[in-house]
Amino acid sequence: MRRLVKLALQKPELAGFMLLLLLVFVFQVRTEGLFLSTNNLRGIMGLLPETALVALGVTLLMICGEFDLSVGSTFALMPMTMAVLFVGGTPFWLAMLAGLGVCALIGFINGWLTIRFEIPSFITTLGMLFMARSLTIVISGGFPPRIRAGEVPSHLFVGFVDDGGLIRASVLWFLGIAILLGLLLGKTNFGNWVRATGGYLPAANALGIPTGRVKIACFMICSMLAGFAGMIQSLRLNSFLPSIGEGMELQAVAAAVIGGTSLLGGIGSIIGGVIGATLIRVIDNGMVMSQIDANWFKFAIGALTIFAVVGNSWLRKSGRKMKVETDK
Amino acid sequence: MSDAIIEVQNLHKWYSGVHALKGVSLAVNRGEALGLVGDNGAGKSTLINILSGLHSQDEGEVVVEGKPTSIRNPKDAMALGIETIYQYNSMVPIMSIARNMFIGREPLTFSIGGLGWLDQKKMRAESVKAIADVDLHLRSPDALVGELSGGQRQGVAIARAMHFKSKVMILDEPTNHLSVKETAKVIGFVRSLKEQGVTAIFISHNMHHVFACCDRIVAMALGQVVLDKRTEETSIEEVQDML
Repeated sequence: MRRLVKLALQKPELAGFMLLLLLVFVFQVRTEGLFLSTNNLRGIMGLLPETALVALGVTLLMICGEFDLSVGSTFALMPMTMAVLFVGGTPFWLAMLAGLGVCALIGFINGWLTIRFEIPSFITTLGMLFMARSLTIVISGGFPPRIRAGEVPSHLFVGFVDDGGLIRASVLWFLGIAILLGLLLGKTNFGNWVRATGGYLPAANALGIPTGRVKIACFMICSMLAGFAGMIQSLRLNSFLPSIGEGMELQAVAAAVIGGTSLLGGIGSIIGGVIGATLIRVIDNGMVMSQIDANWFKFAIGALTIFAVVGNSWLRKSGRKMKVETDK
Repeated sequence: MSDAIIEVQNLHKWYSGVHALKGVSLAVNRGEALGLVGDNGAGKSTLINILSGLHSQDEGEVVVEGKPTSIRNPKDAMALGIETIYQYNSMVPIMSIARNMFIGREPLTFSIGGLGWLDQKKMRAESVKAIADVDLHLRSPDALVGELSGGQRQGVAIARAMHFKSKVMILDEPTNHLSVKETAKVIGFVRSLKEQGVTAIFISHNMHHVFACCDRIVAMALGQVVLDKRTEETSIEEVQDML
């Protein structure tokens, strides 16, 4: 029993999970039950996949020991690329593939520059943040492309899948991708390399792991997930704006960190990223529902980020200190 | 000199203008435990890094089991049966023992293009066996390497090298920062390699450790080999004078 408690305490996503339960409870009480009502859950679950998909990519990349500030811009560039091509006459699926291809290229450039010139990914992706945002505005030509509802198969991404109108297809996409990423990280040799690369780079190198290629692959997955999330948001709103996703990069990092991912690499989990992103959505929504001045939202996210990291390191330490009988 | 498992001839290496290896030639015989000593900057690590595939030589030749070879990366070295155990770099502390045992050489239940599904059952079972084979007793293959003592970590690294049937084991300062008891254990490991027919190259600052477990002593200074004698034909004092 003690052994199980010890193991649980050392799970990096524990602090985030406990906070999530606590906040759901507090909001539920404060809103007199409205928080977990169908109508409100629909609102939360509509937005959650968009934040969460970005956060998952960033989580994977951070476990690998790198960082991406350009996800907010990629979030806007992908749907804009797709929309501009679509309006120009390209079939939807081809336009979507091209959009994802652009994201893959951005991820590749981020990774290649970081590895090749041995510069911090903070810098490379900060540059990319500006460049990709600028490109988005340039290709939009200043006027957001107009796509009428029904012209594109939006229902496959954002349509409601149940009769009650509670769960959108985007939730299923998000859950499916989260499970795939979780398996990739936990059950495949690639996942082992990602963790080794982020956990201790010199050892990974000495053991012959192609750490450069592993990192570039993570950069590419991260960018493509951000672009895919941006496409989902654009389809949900049925408008393709060059300004979406601003500030998303830091929210995604906050989600990853709240979920127990270490900035130093190696430590973290996909489920942690999911918990972190859910927490951010819950706070955003819960504050509105409890009629708290919305300007406190960023304060709450900031405080939560710090609190989660402090809480995590405290839990982990007390977990490590816990004595369990060793079988000799 | 007929039965050399590794032979290097006239090896040169420059690091950003510094001549780190100045024509080193050395033959390591099959089954012997060779102690490589020298001060910081003598070229020991450079030589080892070339043999383990982390760096390439600028000039000279490496012959493994009679065949001229180019070791371009750590994978090449491992494929030749050369395993290196570094002072710090052998393990990822935040990962479990079972995962550390197999980083880069994971057993897979199925794979496509080199990527695939881990056989975690096999990883656990084989790491338990490998660890027991080197006489190390650990609670669980799921324990994090970061929770082990320095000596236990070296033990796991040696178990890993044994598991992958290494022919030559290079131990780079394996006794640094270890307690007296753990040092004795590591020295015991090196001695036991001989019985199992594994060639060992043992690098250390500490003469006593080297003399305690090696058959032959090679001393390096300023990028050159300055002494090469059987352990019984030399003494700590003589080696120290050469450095």
